[in-house]
Amino acid sequence: MFRGLFRSERARREALTAGQVTPDPSRCVQCGICSFNCPIGIDVRRHAWLGQPVVNSRCLTCGECVARCPRGVLTFERTNLFAERKK
Amino acid sequence: MTRYLLIGTGVAAISALEAIRSVDERGEVSVVSDDPHGYYSRPGLAYYLTGELEESLLFPYQKADFSRLNARFYRARVSHIFPSEQEIELEGGARLPYDKLLIATGAQALPLKVPGADLAGVHKLDNLADARALLAHARRGRPALVTGGGITALELAEGLASRGMKVHYVFRSERYWPAVLDETESRIIESLLRREGMTLSPQTEVTEILGRNGKVTGARLSNGKIIPADLIAYAIGIAPRIGLAREAGIACERGILVNERMETSLPGIYAAGDAAQVYDPAAGKHVLDSLWTPAREQGRAAGRNMAGQPTAYCKSIPFNVTRLAGLTVTIIGAVAVPSPLTPLPQGEGKPPSPLPPLPQGERNAPSPLSHLPQGEGNTPSHLLPSPTGRGAGGEGRGEGDLLAIARGDSETWRELPHAIIAQSGFEVNRLRLMVGKTHLLGAIVMGDQKLSAPLQKLIREKVEITPIRAQLLAPDAPIADILAGFVRRGNGKQGN
Ligand SMILES: Cc1cc2nc3c(=O)[nH]c(=O)nc-3n(C[C@H](O)[C@H](O)[C@H](O)COP(=O)(O)OP(=O)(O)OC[C@H]3O[C@@H](n4cnc5c(N)ncnc54)[C@H](O)[C@@H]3O)c2cc1C
Ligand code: SF4
Ligand code: SF4
Repeated sequence: MFRGLFRSERARREALTAGQVTPDPSRCVQCGICSFNCPIGIDVRRHAWLGQPVVNSRCLTCGECVARCPRGVLTFERTNLFAERKK
Repeated sequence: MTRYLLIGTGVAAISALEAIRSVDERGEVSVVSDDPHGYYSRPGLAYYLTGELEESLLFPYQKADFSRLNARFYRARVSHIFPSEQEIELEGGARLPYDKLLIATGAQALPLKVPGADLAGVHKLDNLADARALLAHARRGRPALVTGGGITALELAEGLASRGMKVHYVFRSERYWPAVLDETESRIIESLLRREGMTLSPQTEVTEILGRNGKVTGARLSNGKIIPADLIAYAIGIAPRIGLAREAGIACERGILVNERMETSLPGIYAAGDAAQVYDPAAGKHVLDSLWTPAREQGRAAGRNMAGQPTAYCKSIPFNVTRLAGLTVTIIGAVAVPSPLTPLPQGEGKPPSPLPPLPQGERNAPSPLSHLPQGEGNTPSHLLPSPTGRGAGGEGRGEGDLLAIARGDSETWRELPHAIIAQSGFEVNRLRLMVGKTHLLGAIVMGDQKLSAPLQKLIREKVEITPIRAQLLAPDAPIADILAGFVRRGNGKQGN
């Protein structure tokens, strides 16, 4: 029933890679699955607790934390950088 | 210098501690807890059971975080509060003084009261020690029995199944979690559980747990059958831990009653989290939640008030995202549907339409409940755990498996909203909206979660939906598309 509503998964990933991981703390239960799955060991859970986006230059924007979070806490939000680059 | 004392190391207490420190750097803070594992993610225990998480990952805070908060931690059980002396007593007799006290003692599982419940191999899931014990008992290929309702019962069932156990799920009601889910939703979950290989016995109770040499060997059911099991796990509801408060003369109902500043009936004493029963202006009464984020927010408000910064806690719309039978489910706001026994007065909107059959030819066709009562006085009475052990209010609402609310649960979800239901999707992706006169009052999102976050915002912020209300209520309306369009036009977007 959601077909055609949203961009395909791949297109979404492409758009996402330009953004930064942004948490909605009200959904987070501090389970740690995001931190557990981050390939470079960023403590994403702490960002979710503090409500701060991951502004770590080491972040690969691989999307692993976003995909693994069981509660939809994490999304990629486009950075201004991306918008400027496009101009 | 103020002496603060916090009972508990759950999220409510830790959040209070942070809030105190954000206001008062010098005050003396003591934290007492009887949990040897301190602060960890209780909801994370479900993922620990399935093996998605290592135990060490359950702990959000490391040593350095605790030293930054500059508090003294005691591992002990508090046995008494002496309000007139402003002291607490620890088991063993030691006393600690306080100027400001927070009771954040959480909740605990209601005990299973059947013969044999004390045998080794009978488990609940309150804390990390319980989760460890469950895992230590789980044996691949061996039979396990799970009984109870709500989210925790399924977390137990799925945790054990993912450890290779053959799970038999026994529940009293006619369908899974009738207090919160409608019939279609229950059937979806049940058929997924069966597909996973679980055996389900609805309308059945465990009447006796059988054992040999002090160990569980099986259970006798109300239908007379004897089911072999190495392990029995139960989740029949929780009760706030209010014994300390009640004994100290603090006003309690089902939980410790607090005002919007999280103050109890006694001066200088606060309560927060699962132990607290908080005033809900929308409902006009005090209600219980067992939810992580409200516990955190209440702890924060309590901490600030204790440190002298007046802060009101405003109960937000209760919300949870959970996994039921492998399916992600978001529950927001008031979502109860009237039980089939409730007469349905003439409502507004379209006439009820029967629902299409379920996937996999499920035997029970869902009943066509498209209308909700319009009049006053349809709100169900609260689910009071009665001395006999069965929830008085619960029975009438068909909540046979839970004697009270459960973990990750809210009393508010059981409210019958004055709303009309719009629904679509009868496969694994399903959306149910509780459409009020001007805004949405509740929603259940199953499967595809793209609308979960926008809906949370639409409901929490009571966004006007009048422009799309008629469309949503039209027969066979594609409500997901209508909502998505509404959101795309800038309504209820994240971070608006
Ligand atoms: C298995 C499970 C799954 C859950 N799933 C979800 C979910 O999906 N979503 C969600 O939002 N919530 C969920 N919850 C609920 C959530 O974890 C709780 O709402 C939250 O942890 C409450 O925090 P709290 O600080 O109030 O209490 P708790 O975390 O229970 O902490 C209470 C503390 O008080 C201490 N204590 C109690 N009595 C005494 C005493 N006499 N002396 C000393 N110490 C004492 C305890 O040791 C403990 O440290 C789940 C809970 C469990 C157990
Ligand atoms: S995985 Fe999601 S819910 Fe768990 S800690 Fe990370 S952001 Fe929070
Ligand atoms: S996007 Fe990848 S690298 Fe960045 S925080 Fe998430 S998991 Fe780690």
